Amino acid sequence: MLSSNIVTAIYIASSVLFILSLGGLSNQEKAKRAVWFGIVGMFLAVFGTVFGPQVSGFGWIIPMIILGSIIGAYVAQRVEMTGMPQLVAALHTFVGVAAVFIGINSHIDPPSGLIGAELVIHDVEIFIGVFIGAVTATGSVVAYGKLSGAIDGKALLLPARNWLNLAAVLFCLWLGGLFLDHAGSWTLYLMTIIALIFGAHLVMAIGGADMPVVVSMLNSYSGWAAAATGFLLGNDLLIVTGALVGASGAILSYIMCKAMNRNFISVILGGWGTSTSSQNEVEGEMIPTDISSVASDLADAQNIIIVPGYGMAVAQAQSTVSEITRRLRDKGKVVRFAIHPVAGRLPGHMNVLLAEAKVPYDIVLEMDEINEDFPNTDMVIILGANDIVNPAAQDDPNSPIAGMPVLEVWKAEQVIISKRGQGRGYSGIENPLFFKDNSRMLYGDAKETLDKLLSQITAQ
Amino acid sequence: MIIGAPKELQTGEKRVAMTPDSAVQLQKLGFECIVETGAGIESGFADASYKAVGVKIVKTAASLWKQSDIIIKVQAVKQIEEKYLKKGKTIISFFWPAQNKELLERVIASGSNQIAMDMVPRISRAQKMDALSSMANIAGYRAVIEAGNHFGRFFTGQITAAGKVPPAKVLVIGAGVAGLAAIGAAQSLGAVVRSFDVRPEVAEQIESMGAEFLLLEFDEDISGEGGYAKPASPEFIEKEMALFREQAPEIDIVITTALIPGRPAPKLWPEEMVNLMKPGSVIVDLAAEQGGNCELTKPNKVVTTNNGVKIIGYTDFPSRMSAQSSTLYATNIRHMLDDLTPKNDGKININLKDDVIRGALACHNGSSMFPPPAPKVSAIGKQTSIPENKGPTKEELSILEQAAIRKSGQQQLALLIVGGLFMLLIGNYAPASFMQHFIVFALACFVGFQVIWNVSHALHTPLMAVTNAISGIIILGALLQVGSNSFIVTLLASISVLIATINIVGGFMVTKRMLAMFQKS
Repeated sequence: MLSSNIVTAIYIASSVLFILSLGGLSNQEKAKRAVWFGIVGMFLAVFGTVFGPQVSGFGWIIPMIILGSIIGAYVAQRVEMTGMPQLVAALHTFVGVAAVFIGINSHIDPPSGLIGAELVIHDVEIFIGVFIGAVTATGSVVAYGKLSGAIDGKALLLPARNWLNLAAVLFCLWLGGLFLDHAGSWTLYLMTIIALIFGAHLVMAIGGADMPVVVSMLNSYSGWAAAATGFLLGNDLLIVTGALVGASGAILSYIMCKAMNRNFISVILGGWGTSTSSQNEVEGEMIPTDISSVASDLADAQNIIIVPGYGMAVAQAQSTVSEITRRLRDKGKVVRFAIHPVAGRLPGHMNVLLAEAKVPYDIVLEMDEINEDFPNTDMVIILGANDIVNPAAQDDPNSPIAGMPVLEVWKAEQVIISKRGQGRGYSGIENPLFFKDNSRMLYGDAKETLDKLLSQITAQ
Repeated sequence: MIIGAPKELQTGEKRVAMTPDSAVQLQKLGFECIVETGAGIESGFADASYKAVGVKIVKTAASLWKQSDIIIKVQAVKQIEEKYLKKGKTIISFFWPAQNKELLERVIASGSNQIAMDMVPRISRAQKMDALSSMANIAGYRAVIEAGNHFGRFFTGQITAAGKVPPAKVLVIGAGVAGLAAIGAAQSLGAVVRSFDVRPEVAEQIESMGAEFLLLEFDEDISGEGGYAKPASPEFIEKEMALFREQAPEIDIVITTALIPGRPAPKLWPEEMVNLMKPGSVIVDLAAEQGGNCELTKPNKVVTTNNGVKIIGYTDFPSRMSAQSSTLYATNIRHMLDDLTPKNDGKININLKDDVIRGALACHNGSSMFPPPAPKVSAIGKQTSIPENKGPTKEELSILEQAAIRKSGQQQLALLIVGGLFMLLIGNYAPASFMQHFIVFALACFVGFQVIWNVSHALHTPLMAVTNAISGIIILGALLQVGSNSFIVTLLASISVLIATINIVGGFMVTKRMLAMFQKS
């Protein structure tokens, strides 16, 4: 058995390791080491706690840890990289559920010796912890459903939904008041149910293109839930770690919102992309092209930029893209990737997909790094991206995405757009890019089209 | 419908309007293609190479004209071809209706349709069929090559063991398509290139090609409609001459490209300038066909003046590179047919509402369509609108910056005050044990914010996975509760241990898997 001072020392070491682990993600090479900091930190924390003075019941703990490890390892090995958003959402659910359980437990079996203000604080902590946990849990379940396609990705808009949300929050506050007055456990349970519904409804109202923000937000919530649990149990390591995770998620949400030029509140309130404002009509025609002419244009192009979007992930085309990139680079061409911050359904999603397909990360660039290079580019290939390359964001003040930073692909010599059909993109906004003189449309499933393109390039 | 390309009849014309490559594309549009035997031979396209892509070879011009619904040509129809013109046939070729009024009348009378490639409006949508530009591009390039052929020295400056060679100085007058192509070609051969144009807005293009723009201080705006220059006033011409007089003694090669369609070429390089030039210098006059920009130019001839200056007056520069010019011209024609065939069904539709088709149409079903309504789009954006967009000056910028700093400072101060008051409020009521934890919490938030800002964007997904894993730290709470006396607490705590472990193991393993994939090239 370890003394409680030793346990505290172990917790300090864990906190430091967690901070190093997050800080190490500043570049790809350091990051590989940084994960180990995290793993060691977590191992120390669990080890210290299990063998610390306060824990008993190993008969329960050990089988659960073994079972959990097996399931976790199985899931981690099996998940497709295109399925990362779903996995992240699912894991958030677990943190939420755990926070709810721990809060309720703490109410059923309170620590002894709490008096006066300490008791009130304890009750407040339970209430807040359970509330955040419950919202995280169902919010993540709905996010999982939307990302995996089990629930329609469109925003569900109940009438007066903002009032419903407000009513739910106020009702929870009222229940909280009763709970502190020792009105009974039913207030806590009723609040849990309302918070569960509230969390689901909150995410239901948010459309698929806003998912990166939602996932980051739930990430943040799961952190705050852990921190609240830490207060509840008086455990500083939980507080530190929860705060780190909470801060991380909050910053990611902020970055995503900024990349879409949107206000965090308006994303959370949901219902975007359904308003019918009077955007400029687009004149002109979409000019289709075919694979053989794209292949011959590619043979002539020297400087090529590929812009991947969610469509590439859906079509699972990343390995073909990587192979095409490799062939073109072997021919001495400069091929690079431009990644918009909100491309995909998870922050940094495209980077991971391309990395999985063995595209070297030093040719995968961010919007700010590459946006100035488009005028000197011979050819841009857009794979299943739409709003992030929409010139209306700069030209049309009435457009719903006006002011959003976009990749200025239209400045390149030629733009090839691979797209399933003539329809509009996710947000339903008309994209004038498709009607530009230097744009050519390559219709069809991205994977099939690129496979054919690859065979043509190989044959050249 | 059948598209036929006859052999060109004009002497010295080596181009052909259909190449095997363009025939393949035309067949994709649903047309059947035929060529007259030997039509492509001068451009290097043998009958066999047409046959190989499924084009039928026809023995005589008469039979080709008879079979074809659409005739594509380079030059306008010759007198002996006029007998083949019939109602319903469509001819696509250069036509110059303004200069060939009588021919236009006769074609109208025949009832056939004429699309004139020289009338394609100069708007950006029609660039792909702008044959004048593609031919001018070739002419500009070839002008430099011809000049080099007659110029007795290197273009590029060299320092050799046998002495120093100065670079050739090239002056390109008129920076249209041909002028810019000439600048590019001369520049890449290593010459020092200067260029002059009456339209100040092309300065940027000239400089982008690497040449020096000779600026003329004058208030008159000379840019006309459709990307061509207007004729200039006498005062302007006087200033221009003064500028040229200054340049003439220095310059080794002059390439003149000043032409406004349908007018005689302006005399920009009078005899006086020629006399000022050094012996051995070369003048290439791309406007020779319409009288020449140089007074001494003789069309289709190279003349040497008394002071040893050679003046090249060829009129067939594109034809001198017939393989290249046929390829580009055939592609222009193919694009025109592409627009004429919106349904890709091998049937042309002369849509009078289409600006490009209407613009290029000289006559249709026996009635004249010339002149077409003028296009109103200036080919190059004029410079007059630029000053508004110049943005704030340096001082204004620094003022704005200071204001922004002050504003963010005020915001920060306000936040700190509000935060501080909030802390005081909590401190007043909360017990000491809570405040200790609260310190830890507040500091951890700050550390988190500082650390996460440095995370590279590309690693945001691994960041989420890793934070997911470490938010599994909630397992500690569950561990502490498992030993409870209440069964329900033990059960819930055990489930929490289980799912938190899934979170930890799953999160870390998936992060490792992802990070291992990031590889440098």
